[in-house]
Amino acid sequence: MGNKVIETVGLSKYFLDPVKFQVLKEINMSIDHGEFVSIVGKSGCGKSTLLYLLSTMDTDYEGQLFIHEALITGKLDKELAQIRSENIGFVFQFHYLLSEYNVLKNVMLPGMKLGKYSHQELEHRALEHLKTLDMEDQALKMPNQLSGGQKQRVAIARALINDPLIIMGDEPTGNLDKKNSDLVFDIFSQLTHENNQTLLIVTHDTDFADRTNRTITMEDGRIIS
Amino acid sequence: MNYKLILNIALHLLQARLKQTVVAAVGVTFGIAMFISLVSFMNGLNDLLDGLMLNRTPHVLLYNKIKPTENQPVSLSAQYKDNINFINSIKPKDRGKSIYNGKNIISILKNDPRVIDVAPKITTPVFFNSGTIAISGVINGVDVLSEEKLFKISDYIVEGKVTDLLQNNSIIIGKGLADKMLLTTGDIIKITSSKGSLASLKIVGISQIGISEIDDVASYTSLATAQKILEEPTNYITDIQIKLFDMTSAPIVAKEFQSKFNVDTIDYQTANSQFETGSSVRSIISYSVGVVLLIVAGFGIYNILNMMIYEKMDSIAILKATGFSGNDVKWIFVSLSLIIGLVGGLFGLLFGYIFSSIIDIVPFETAALPTIKTYPINYDPLFYFIGITFALITTTIAGLLPAMKASKVDPVEIIRGK
Repeated sequence: MGNKVIETVGLSKYFLDPVKFQVLKEINMSIDHGEFVSIVGKSGCGKSTLLYLLSTMDTDYEGQLFIHEALITGKLDKELAQIRSENIGFVFQFHYLLSEYNVLKNVMLPGMKLGKYSHQELEHRALEHLKTLDMEDQALKMPNQLSGGQKQRVAIARALINDPLIIMGDEPTGNLDKKNSDLVFDIFSQLTHENNQTLLIVTHDTDFADRTNRTITMEDGRIIS
Repeated sequence: MNYKLILNIALHLLQARLKQTVVAAVGVTFGIAMFISLVSFMNGLNDLLDGLMLNRTPHVLLYNKIKPTENQPVSLSAQYKDNINFINSIKPKDRGKSIYNGKNIISILKNDPRVIDVAPKITTPVFFNSGTIAISGVINGVDVLSEEKLFKISDYIVEGKVTDLLQNNSIIIGKGLADKMLLTTGDIIKITSSKGSLASLKIVGISQIGISEIDDVASYTSLATAQKILEEPTNYITDIQIKLFDMTSAPIVAKEFQSKFNVDTIDYQTANSQFETGSSVRSIISYSVGVVLLIVAGFGIYNILNMMIYEKMDSIAILKATGFSGNDVKWIFVSLSLIIGLVGGLFGLLFGYIFSSIIDIVPFETAALPTIKTYPINYDPLFYFIGITFALITTTIAGLLPAMKASKVDPVEIIRGK
């Protein structure tokens, strides 16, 4: 197995509405295992667009995308869903917890879909993750009973449940105050140090970006550093 | 695919929108319940009306039709054989009403494996005399036991017993006739036959079929008594009534007997075609009302699922982001709809049964139908099967359209839109 988690070759993306506009221009990049990478750039530079291409959710692009050295481009919706399930954990700006399930179930849901672990094992693992995030005692609460920072921590636990190859974050601290975003950062860096977890975070918070291993700066659809 | 997980998610979504779900399910329940009670009631009514006619009608009737000879003398003549002959003022031929060799025919028919039983009958017009008034009527001379076996005439006897007819010179008269002549059981009635002979018969019962045209004129007596009134020998029979195991084969069998026994025959389909039409029209009406109700319920489900999808866009997006495929999402919403359909449908069957049972005990007493005490209901399991099938089909279709939409939700659009 190679060390590259994600690699892109000549990745381009166009927005067709209202006029044809090239958002991403021939992006070539790769992320190695265990890296904590942040993508920064001004609004509209295409950083989020790039993240969603890498996440396999957006399939409308030119060029090639490799995850774990396997070509992803051109796969079917069902195969992509499986790849996401196995390899990618998501943390978004908004928590996107399912309000019908309690915290524990929310964390377990992607695991239940993947079906790699038994229900009991999954519950145990979910509790472990919540424990590392200091959320163990909130496990049986409903999401609407939690604060913003707590919800985001649950979302991180959910991203971790399937031992993903990479965790992708789109402004995960965007909605949080300083204290909570520091907390989230600490969790991320702890994950890289202790679990060798690969992370790719889009952010406009330069403090946050400066503290990561590697910062990719984008401008006008190109990587400039 | 992980059906258990999908079902679990569907159930949780349902619980979150319990009130709307219940409303949707109640729509289905109402549709199915109405469908079941309507169809059961309509079919009960059909059975009743069919029974009214069919139970009293033989499947095949052998008789002598009044008609002219088919081969007129001129056609037998060699001289005019090649000519086209016009004959005016033909009169029907008098062959007598008696079926020739009736007893033999009956014994042959009784051994025919297709025939349930045979009942010979004598029908003759008479006058019932009350003082100087003569009322025209009909006497049906019947073989009491086989007539009872085939046509259940005891159902229509409101006073007295059918077996009393086995006594000599006894008669059961129609209710209308009895009312007109102020006669009751035990009285003696005087009869003038079409040949002019007089007879006195003892009234042992009153019959009421429910069709006043018949009740006003009809009367029953035994074959022997009828033969005696008509001064005919004991082999005199005007009709042979046959019931078959397979009712639908009546037209074919009727034709066969016609050529085999050289008599005229009529099958029940030909004799009662208007009743068939009535039954099928009633069925069509009840089925179409039921289907319309279900379609309305289907629209309700469609609406609620559509709303739910708009409300749950975020959840759909995150499910897709965390590894659920479009197909999985589609199945979540289809199962939602199926659950509504199944639960609503099963309750519909239950309520349909309850409504039918209630209708079944509602008193329905009419002078026209003496044997009916409550509204008729047909509890055919087939209706329940059709009901639940309809429920599942409509709800699946109603759910499929929103589900397709949900499966096509682009998670990137939702997540980026925040």
